[in-house]
Amino acid sequence: MSGERAVRVRVDRERCCGSGNCVLAAPEVFDQDDADGLVLLRRAEVPPELADGVRRAVDLCPAGALGLR
Amino acid sequence: MTGTAFEELPAAPFLTPPRDPFLPMERADRRRLTAPVTRVRLPNGQPAWLVTGHAEIRQLLRHPGLSADASRPGFPLLRPLPPPRSEADRQGLFIRMDGEEHARLRRMLTAEFMIKSIRRLEPMIQRTVDEALDAMLAAGPPADLVTSFALPVPSMVICHLLGVPYEDHAFFQARSRRLLDQTIPAQEVLAAADELRDYLRTLIDRKRGSAERHDDLLSRLIRERVATGELVANELVGIGLLLLVAGHETTANMIALSTLLLLRHPGHLDRLRAEPELAPGLVEELLRYLTIVRTGLPRLVVTDLELAGRTLRAGDGVIALLPLANRDHAAFVDPDDFDPYREAHQHLAFGFGVHQCIGQPLARAELRVALVELARRLPGLRLAVPGDRVPAREHSVVYGLAELPVTW
Repeated sequence: MSGERAVRVRVDRERCCGSGNCVLAAPEVFDQDDADGLVLLRRAEVPPELADGVRRAVDLCPAGALGLR
Repeated sequence: MTGTAFEELPAAPFLTPPRDPFLPMERADRRRLTAPVTRVRLPNGQPAWLVTGHAEIRQLLRHPGLSADASRPGFPLLRPLPPPRSEADRQGLFIRMDGEEHARLRRMLTAEFMIKSIRRLEPMIQRTVDEALDAMLAAGPPADLVTSFALPVPSMVICHLLGVPYEDHAFFQARSRRLLDQTIPAQEVLAAADELRDYLRTLIDRKRGSAERHDDLLSRLIRERVATGELVANELVGIGLLLLVAGHETTANMIALSTLLLLRHPGHLDRLRAEPELAPGLVEELLRYLTIVRTGLPRLVVTDLELAGRTLRAGDGVIALLPLANRDHAAFVDPDDFDPYREAHQHLAFGFGVHQCIGQPLARAELRVALVELARRLPGLRLAVPGDRVPAREHSVVYGLAELPVTW
């Protein structure tokens, strides 16, 4: 199912365990901090064409550190 | 607990049958586990919950009310090991820590293993794979793929990354294996851990005393964390122990088992040779299908939680059985079929929750490069013994092959 609308991503760096699954699923949206390996958002507003990757990242995050709003 | 007499509960851990390395457990055992959350009996006689559903394991391992600390009373032990003799023995072993204690150490390492850091190591991984295959080809067939390729490649890579001299490999490979062997007496397991700790302590002391600046993980942690007082040297010994053992046994076993599986259907290797860009998807399916941490992840319930209609109470032990979650019909179509080009990325082979494998980008890169080059360099690769005669290590915490006799 392909997303029609733009989505907003929410990240919780306190919960992040740096597994990098989000970077694997949606490298255009997520990055990891060079200092501590924790999640960084490259953009909070995600265009529709990247929404599926972001949903997969939210689903794969082992720590439950990502969400949509 | 209701319904079944305690003595009749299925006995964990479940082992792969001797002649079928691709079955997560005996068929008869699997037939008894009909619900995603059931009760089992542990080797020490203690009952525990067994979670086999994909969704249920995800929910469980993301739950904050669980402990990974095996020294807590009631923790479900899959082999009867005595509790740590001292706090020093626990130091640095963050896979057995919870909350802030765990996060503090894991966060010192996450940047080292993130995808972009591993990408910088890829030329070294490629060179290691190439040289191992050069040596194997030069020696000529037949060969044991475990000793000539599957084990030395990840061993050399983790040594390079950590800054451990590879020439000591016979010493730490033998002890890593003993540490994970569920059939040897507890004293021998503890002795293997002590010897590895002593070895790493000496190595770390030598690095601390060296005037030279080395660019390896242990040296970086010494400079950036030990010298600043954030980390004590014995914690670094524990961290080194974890990374050295995990870096060896897991990837080595995955390379050998993957090769055996791919050799069953030579078409898979032909296709990989023609289309190496398919390797990342293939690696995910191999991780799903083979799931080498077959006896599962043990945890202690710390706060009551609901799972699939059952109530797991504080003080209960629970085992997340990863291989069955990776063969759950609710998550995968025809899960017992190996389908190299399915979408398998939601597998749980690396675990789930805050303890999920920190080295997964490294494992993926090593597997991908190793399998692509094996397919490319050895187009005539085949088993040198019948497929059901390949000896396995059924009793290891990390399942794998003892040998893989091949020719070409």
